[in-house]
Amino acid sequence: MLQQLFRSPMALLCMGIIFITALLGIFAPWVAPNDPYANDILNKFAGPSWQYPLGTDQLGRCVFSRMLFGIRPTLFLSLLTMLGTIGIGVVMGITAGYFRGTVDEIIMRVVDVMLSFPSQIIILAVVALLGVDIRNVVLASIFIKWAWYARMIRTATIKYTSMNFVLFSRSIGSGNFFILTRHMLPCIAAELAVLASLDTGWAILNISTLSFLGLGVQAPTPEWGAMLNEAKNVMVSNPEQMIVPGLAVVVLVGACNMLGDCLRDALDPKAVRQ
Amino acid sequence: MSTLLEAHNIRVSFKKENQTRLFGKERQQVLRGISLHLEEGECLGIIGESGSGKSTLGRVLSGLLRPEEGTITLDGQDLYGHHTRAEARALRHMLSVVFQDYTSSTNPRFRVSSIIGESLRALEHATGERIDRKRRVAELLEQVGLPESFAIRYPHELSGGQLQRVCIARALAIRPRIILLDEAISSLDASTQVQVMDLLAALRRELSLSYLFITHDLTSITYLCDRVVFMNQGEIVEQVDDITKIASITSPYARQLLEAVMGIGCEHGSGQEQASDEAWVA
Ligand SMILES: Nc1ncnc2c1ncn2[C@@H]1O[C@H](COP(=O)(O)OP(=O)(O)OP(=O)(O)O)[C@@H](O)[C@H]1O
Ligand SMILES: [Mg+2]
Repeated sequence: MLQQLFRSPMALLCMGIIFITALLGIFAPWVAPNDPYANDILNKFAGPSWQYPLGTDQLGRCVFSRMLFGIRPTLFLSLLTMLGTIGIGVVMGITAGYFRGTVDEIIMRVVDVMLSFPSQIIILAVVALLGVDIRNVVLASIFIKWAWYARMIRTATIKYTSMNFVLFSRSIGSGNFFILTRHMLPCIAAELAVLASLDTGWAILNISTLSFLGLGVQAPTPEWGAMLNEAKNVMVSNPEQMIVPGLAVVVLVGACNMLGDCLRDALDPKAVRQ
Repeated sequence: MSTLLEAHNIRVSFKKENQTRLFGKERQQVLRGISLHLEEGECLGIIGESGSGKSTLGRVLSGLLRPEEGTITLDGQDLYGHHTRAEARALRHMLSVVFQDYTSSTNPRFRVSSIIGESLRALEHATGERIDRKRRVAELLEQVGLPESFAIRYPHELSGGQLQRVCIARALAIRPRIILLDEAISSLDASTQVQVMDLLAALRRELSLSYLFITHDLTSITYLCDRVVFMNQGEIVEQVDDITKIASITSPYARQLLEAVMGIGCEHGSGQEQASDEAWVA
């Protein structure tokens, strides 16, 4: 399964991109050539140089260092969002799909309610309610997204609950916990992996978007969306300011989405020998 | 000989999907008062056309579906009654199932060793004894006529007949006294069917098992079973206690089934007498 994944060049490339980005983010203080907050107002909008590899922004801060430090909120907060959503979604979805009955009804009605709100509006509303803070953005994202997951996972669970191998397991008296963890989870893992990597892409975009709108990460903390926001003000005079954070977001989101596809292929055991 | 399994007046109905009224509660009767019994060491055939409720009956008998009415007693104990944990576990190990569709009856992510290992695990939990799983898997594979080396294969690396043998091994692993075969051989080709039936007959002698053999194919019933019940529309319409006298059945539905089989025999050019001989005496 994993071998299959490692044999696909696309998957390797995507994992490489995400992994290196994560490493750079973790070791930002050691890798970054400059302090991301240090102004050098005389050198604003400088081009690439040895001192500032990617040039400087409107306050003369090193763009490269800010990009590196920006990985932390961008990537890690979106991973956090993803884990939160998947955790709640899986528990709710499997519970509803496996046990059915009243539990299912209650969970699914809640899900219906959640899904009837447009997600961006809810996030804006929650942020407006709880105050502008990146933690609230993460909470709001989890709050709005888990329902979507629960529904997908419930469908998958129902599909597998009526499979003969689950029936057999039940008939010989394997416990529910065993069935759920050994049969259900691996079976829906393929669906889950695809959802998860697509969703990380979504979360990255979401956090960047909200920071771009000034509702997420606050200045002067470096964050890719916030950097885009600052660059937007000088879009006409210095358009190159937008390129670096913009490209970075595109590449990272693209890598997450591609990885989703590769994962799905690798997790399908029947596809292995075709 | 003692009665191993007894089902009394079992009724099951499902809610209809196409309700005529909004929030309607119309139900479709699938089993209408089925009663049957299985003696120790016996093979009971259950035959009926598609949709007559055979698999549903199988699910009820294997403890997966609680009937709305009726009782099932396994070796004197009520299957759906209240039990302590230990009792419930022991009951689960009386009866084991082999399904028709072998492609969905094993988890595609499990190797053969884990497929059989799951049953062994359940047995360990029920009896509290330790089992040398690796050795036992090899033994079971040998018992169903497969080489030991198959233990590391995945289901999609096996042929239909081999996989069905693995399913039989898995069913045997919990040391059941009854095996419910729900069209276990119907999706195999003719020669493999005979092989698997021979295997089943041999296992039955060896381990003194009882079979509940569900099928829509009369020929295989006559090959394996001691007694037959005919099911139609969720009811038992005919019961034959002596398989050699199967030609003497009276109910129109069962006759129709019989004639259908003979009719096919004629089409293939063999005389009716010969075809029925082949089928019934075998
Ligand atoms: N879970 C279910 N919900 C609703 N209806 C069901 C369900 N399971 C079975 N039925 C219905 O019950 C009837 C009997 O089904 P069953 O699977 O027992 O038939 P069968 O005799 O095993 O047929 P076959 O020979 O094709 O396997 C069918 O009409 C089917 O539509
Ligand atoms: Mg059936």
